[in-house]
Amino acid sequence: MDALIGYFLYFLSLLSVGGIYALLALGLNVNWGFAGLFNAGIAGFAAVGAYTFSLLTTAESTFHYGGLGLPVVIGEIAAFLIAGIIAAVIGIICIRLRADYLAIATIGIAEIIKLIFKNEVELTNGPRGISKIPRTWEHFSEARYFSSQPLSWFGDSQSWQAFFDSLVNWWWQPLFAMTILFFVFVVYIMLEKARLSPWGRMMTAIRENEVAARAAGKNVTKRRVEAFIIGTMIMGLAGALLAQHLRFIEPTHTFDPSKMTFLVWVMLIAGGSGNNRGAIFGAFLIWFVWSASELFLNGFIDIIGNIFNGMDISMLKNRSGYLRMLLIGLVLQFVLQKYPKGILPERRPAASGE
Amino acid sequence: MWDSFGFEFVNYYFVPGLVLGCIYALGAIGITLTFGILRFANFAHGEIMMTGAFLTWTFLELSKLIFGFYFHPLIACIPSIFIAIAIALSVDRFFYKPFRDSPTIMIVMASFGMMLIIRSLVQVIWGPNQITFVKGIAKPNGILRDLSGSFDMMLLVPSKHVFIILGTVIIMLAFNYMLTKTRIGKAMRAVSDSPDLAKVTGIDVEQVIRATWYVGGFCAVMAGVFMAMDTQFIMSTMGFRMLLPMFAAAILGGIGRPFGAVLGGLVIGFAEELSAYPWFGNGPLLSPGYKSGVAFSILVVMLIFRPSGILKGRVF
Repeated sequence: MDALIGYFLYFLSLLSVGGIYALLALGLNVNWGFAGLFNAGIAGFAAVGAYTFSLLTTAESTFHYGGLGLPVVIGEIAAFLIAGIIAAVIGIICIRLRADYLAIATIGIAEIIKLIFKNEVELTNGPRGISKIPRTWEHFSEARYFSSQPLSWFGDSQSWQAFFDSLVNWWWQPLFAMTILFFVFVVYIMLEKARLSPWGRMMTAIRENEVAARAAGKNVTKRRVEAFIIGTMIMGLAGALLAQHLRFIEPTHTFDPSKMTFLVWVMLIAGGSGNNRGAIFGAFLIWFVWSASELFLNGFIDIIGNIFNGMDISMLKNRSGYLRMLLIGLVLQFVLQKYPKGILPERRPAASGE
Repeated sequence: MWDSFGFEFVNYYFVPGLVLGCIYALGAIGITLTFGILRFANFAHGEIMMTGAFLTWTFLELSKLIFGFYFHPLIACIPSIFIAIAIALSVDRFFYKPFRDSPTIMIVMASFGMMLIIRSLVQVIWGPNQITFVKGIAKPNGILRDLSGSFDMMLLVPSKHVFIILGTVIIMLAFNYMLTKTRIGKAMRAVSDSPDLAKVTGIDVEQVIRATWYVGGFCAVMAGVFMAMDTQFIMSTMGFRMLLPMFAAAILGGIGRPFGAVLGGLVIGFAEELSAYPWFGNGPLLSPGYKSGVAFSILVVMLIFRPSGILKGRVF
């Protein structure tokens, strides 16, 4: 039974992180799939969301700014908005850069954002990071939440304490996973609406033939900035959820570009850029492959360790993560060459609507 | 003028800036060549550099094993140059060539993937940790110190820096000769200016592309080895850390302009080192923590205000 619960919880955490990646991939899909903007700074924008959320919602701390202790929802909305504001500033400046240049510029901006988080120690606690970030649902069992409004309307501290003690210690996990999937669902519905709307068709027109779109009187620059901001806001929200999932963030390893930026690109390309369903599918698929390869490789290394008795397998274990990254890179190359449109290729809305 | 100011400024800011600039310049040459001739931003370039440094370290250790003493890194890097060029050529053959006629973005994506593949491969083979490249403290070059001392200008330049600066100058001269005097160099410039016109005049574009990887790979390994000699350690993320300053140098100098890349590299190198100099008041102008942000800022500002670069390069 315990083993079964263990598998169930593992599956839930797979779903949670997969959902967070799905949000990042959906955001990137707005940037790249809709508008053709090569945003290579996903890690930076997710970091903005994560830090905004963390600074607003953690309990007061001497290590970093505030800890304003605001409700989680407000933190999420703020992460969404602040990422949008930062994207607006960057977008207005950078949007006219073409693909390669935009990629270089966004990588640079992401690195600058991370440098700021790393160096402004008084604001963010620098490389030592922010810990004890509240996680949706689970945070209700912290005293500072159940002893204050709105939970205090329904019962006093003792009764809440007793209530949370009576629950199994993973009670929040299914709820958290479902919350993330709910976010994915809402964002998906909204993006589908956007894709089928005149706005979405205009985006496709701009991506496919900018000169023609401009000649047809469309405000190309404005539309591109819009797509950049919307995509980035979704990434900011995903960053906030990631901070909740990890409960501890720091600038360098949490927002490692190969895991945050590159993996998301692989997900979108594999799933099918331009297709929202493809983005979600690709995110879950690649995340499952990524996690399964961890189990598989570790098992394989154990077998090697059993065959060659006395061999030091700790070195292999240390490096298996990099081997997985290598395999993911090869997957990307394979998909790019064989299925450049992805598993679920983009379906353009018919002229009469879908 | 050569008081405490000059001593501190030249030895601790100017020379390190020059050394860093030389390294960036060498790296940027490869980037600007691929940008000019193959027309894409090669994200994997920094990783070739890093691989070159790791290979050189391996040959250094091998020389210790076989001959009982460490070769000079500049000798040990010779076989790694050939290996790195072979890697660059095979990457081109298997991962870039299929996209020659596709939209540029595909090949950029492929190089983005190669960046990760090469780095992961290095991490699998050599492990993720920092490795000491050359042991010991670098002592100032005695000849230079005595020579400058007789002019009342104390220059404390470590020998490794002398090697780096002289090596870069020699490579630049050879490169200049190649581009202006040899047949293949002229063909490279022609393809960089107009690939269609070059093809019509009978230039073998594929051969030019191979030559690009030769030159780019060579310069990348030299830059990587120089970097390793300078910092005395190597790690698998050094390629990525240098990638953006090198892009910045290539764009600053003007895409497709090798000498612009050299100029850009020097500017970026100086800017990074001199940003920490106390120009106003006592504290450093910019906290050293932000040093690596300098190149990014120059890059972004350049991309926005003058994407053609100092020497009027191409804008795609």
